[in-house]
Amino acid sequence: MRPSDLLVSTPAGLYCPPADVHIDPVRPVARALITHGHSDHARSGHGAVLATAETLAIMAVRYGEDFAGSTQAADLGKPIDLGGVTATFHPAGHVLGSAQIAVESGGLRIVASGDYKRARDPTCRPFEPVPCDVFITEATFGLPVFRHPDTRAEVDKLLASVRLFPERCHIVGAYALGKAQRLMSLLREAGWDGPIHIHGALEKLTAFYEASGVPLGPVVKTAGLPKAALAGAIVICPPGQIQDLWSRRFPDPVTAFASGWMRVRARARQRGVELPLVVSDHADWNDLIATIGETGAGEVWVTHGQEDALVHWCITHGIRARPLHLVGYGDEGEAEPGDEPAPTPATPETGT
Amino acid sequence: MNRFAALLDRLAYESGRNAKLRLLTDYFRSTPDPERGFALAATAGSLVFANAKPGLIRALIAERTDPVLFGLSYDYVGDLSETVALMWPTPAGPGPGHNQPPPTLAEVVERLQNVGKSELPGLLARWLDGLDETGRWALLKLITGSLRIGVSARLAKSAVAALGPLQPDDIEEVWHGLEAPYEALFAWAEGHGPRPEADDPAPFRPPMLAHPIEDGDFDALDPSAMTAEWKWDGIRVQAVAGRRPDGRFVSRLYSRTGDDISQSFPDLADALQMDAAIDGELLILREGRVQSFNVLQQRLNRQSVSPKMLVDYPAHIRAYDLLHLDGEDLRPLPFRERRARLEAFVAGLAEPRIDVSPLIGFGSWDELAAARADPGSAGAGEDAGAVEGCMIKRADSPYVPGRPKGLWYKWKHDPFVIDAVLMYAQRGHGKRSSFYSDFTFGVWTGEEGPGDLVPVGKAYFGFTDAELQELDRFVRRNTVNRFGPVREVVHAPDQGLVLEVAFEGIARSARHKSGVAMRFPRVSRIRWDKPPGEADRLPTLERLIARHETGQARSA
Repeated sequence: MRPSDLLVSTPAGLYCPPADVHIDPVRPVARALITHGHSDHARSGHGAVLATAETLAIMAVRYGEDFAGSTQAADLGKPIDLGGVTATFHPAGHVLGSAQIAVESGGLRIVASGDYKRARDPTCRPFEPVPCDVFITEATFGLPVFRHPDTRAEVDKLLASVRLFPERCHIVGAYALGKAQRLMSLLREAGWDGPIHIHGALEKLTAFYEASGVPLGPVVKTAGLPKAALAGAIVICPPGQIQDLWSRRFPDPVTAFASGWMRVRARARQRGVELPLVVSDHADWNDLIATIGETGAGEVWVTHGQEDALVHWCITHGIRARPLHLVGYGDEGEAEPGDEPAPTPATPETGT
Repeated sequence: MNRFAALLDRLAYESGRNAKLRLLTDYFRSTPDPERGFALAATAGSLVFANAKPGLIRALIAERTDPVLFGLSYDYVGDLSETVALMWPTPAGPGPGHNQPPPTLAEVVERLQNVGKSELPGLLARWLDGLDETGRWALLKLITGSLRIGVSARLAKSAVAALGPLQPDDIEEVWHGLEAPYEALFAWAEGHGPRPEADDPAPFRPPMLAHPIEDGDFDALDPSAMTAEWKWDGIRVQAVAGRRPDGRFVSRLYSRTGDDISQSFPDLADALQMDAAIDGELLILREGRVQSFNVLQQRLNRQSVSPKMLVDYPAHIRAYDLLHLDGEDLRPLPFRERRARLEAFVAGLAEPRIDVSPLIGFGSWDELAAARADPGSAGAGEDAGAVEGCMIKRADSPYVPGRPKGLWYKWKHDPFVIDAVLMYAQRGHGKRSSFYSDFTFGVWTGEEGPGDLVPVGKAYFGFTDAELQELDRFVRRNTVNRFGPVREVVHAPDQGLVLEVAFEGIARSARHKSGVAMRFPRVSRIRWDKPPGEADRLPTLERLIARHETGQARSA
């Protein structure tokens, strides 16, 4: 069997013809395997969905219980027979419940890794490399300029600023699923034991993390609080809100943004960010190439991001590689920040 | 160096002056000598060493990275120093470079002052190996001389003053006699050392500034106790010279904020063979006529000045005041006496590049108002176009640094005013980061009928907070296009918003598409009532330029 007989890219996303399933399809399909809960990978309206229990729960939180015709929870590491093809889910270290999906048939194994990272994250299971023939990798930060720093130093930067400007409010933009909760957890590790204030759009997912056994300490919604009560506070909100009308209710805010993109100054300035925090849920350049090596794959397919550089690196290191040109990814999570990422809170913000 | 880099990094993103001040003071308080002294020198722009050329940095990175990956990265990041800082390979494992301690800023500054050209690449590479991403960025910015962190020398000095009870002007008084690492200055500021001895023969003296005069002020002022002179549209400077112990003259030209700008004006520096401090206006004079501010701008902020520049843009000082003469501090004397000393001194100097700004004769405020309305007939003659109003000074006023109340007033011309159409808006910074607060406005081409809108300027102040909210709402509701952080708003003859824009001056400009450039444009009124089709036209602005050149009355 050739790799292209097992997995092929289609307008709907990666497709496995012998099992008739799509992986992370961007439009409704009959049978879908989902790597993780970010909205560009996990969409509603599929017939049957196979994903980890956490990912299914996240989809239910975001889209309602009836987000798919039927669902099946995949246990990590247990092969599931899809009719001549087996699919096995392995942890990807990206967000809670995130998984790589190994698809295997006739001795050929392809791993679709979805989005992943290798850096430590107290809120989800760490990535496990899976030996394979073809490794499908993202390349969100696929340029050698992206080497994510130690997250502790970034969080310390935030805390130092809070100490220096105790009368101001620090508003931190962070993606609603994963980054926000990781940041809360990192703040706790760094010794911040006061309340962490949140935008209403983060409420349900944060509660879900807590319920899944990720302790985040006292988390308080900002809605209804008087302006003066937020002096010296740390407020976490979706990235679209840091510069929007919503941010005007806070005392002399310092705008921060937790993202791998903050490594590049022009990006931070474009967003009006005053305190960039380089905290990413994606693999950086060093981790991308280390991971490719660890899988032992002889061939690499690159999905979304900076494909050119990673493909070039593979080829110059004797690994066959090509870009997949999948469309529709990178809309959530660490999407390349555009001008105005239309803020679409999962729950409408009520009150003032 | 890594801590200094973290400071620069934070300053580069911070837009608020007070926040910058706090960051600097916090750094100075928590950083030991001599490190903080070199940081002060770097932020105040007083570090001098041979800069590294971008070519050297390119060569270093080319030895260490794949050219295709470097090309893709540089394309993406868009800044050479930053790209190199981010992709510089970190030495891993045992071997050269590993465990290299990061250099201190003091080490960097001291070594750069005497490093040989052939040693520089190796030295730089060793430093880059020892630093983190931000540290490498800061080092590369420092040595390529492009530290753009929005900190003025004045702000850096204010941060030192804030370490203790000193005022920024106290620092100014001693500043130019001191050098990095400024240990004595910090000791003084922190209250555990004496005031450093300023033995600089040509020190800066903080200037005296004026308050804008308001209508009610005239009733309380007796014209006979006041003097008036023209306010020239140039750059306020202090020209200072004195003798060194060996008898030779040292001369310096300072900006109003105490920046030493002598380097850009060697022609003036040579003319200052004196032991004196003159407060005056820097102008360009051609055949005795004062040129517009636009012409003067050609000579500002230049690292080196070509001989052609010196001939085409001859610099001149029009003196207002005399602060110091032959070892005597004149500042406590009344203005009237200083003025007499100034006239005698400039006459004795007989230097064609220096003259005294004439006084305006007047017996009543009405007479002064008439002179201000027509400077050409009131003594300014052909230079009337370079007059931007008058200064009114108490004849008995001592020279007091800062902006003391009740002594000096400025009575500027009424601004020019036009009606322009809002075309684009961009979000502001800091407190304004959620507001569209930078407005690009345009006027119609052609004398009449349907024309095109051509952008003529940008304004980001002049409105109240409440008006800003309304403008922001208008922009959000009337966006027709987005380009990165910029929004294009609807602008058609029957749709859009007219802004009344006030500005201080207007000149021809080859750099702007419209061919005109305004000085200090701001939104003076929002014309919700006026259809854009009735806004002003480019030929009107061109006529304003012609009138401005002759110093005539102003409204469009």
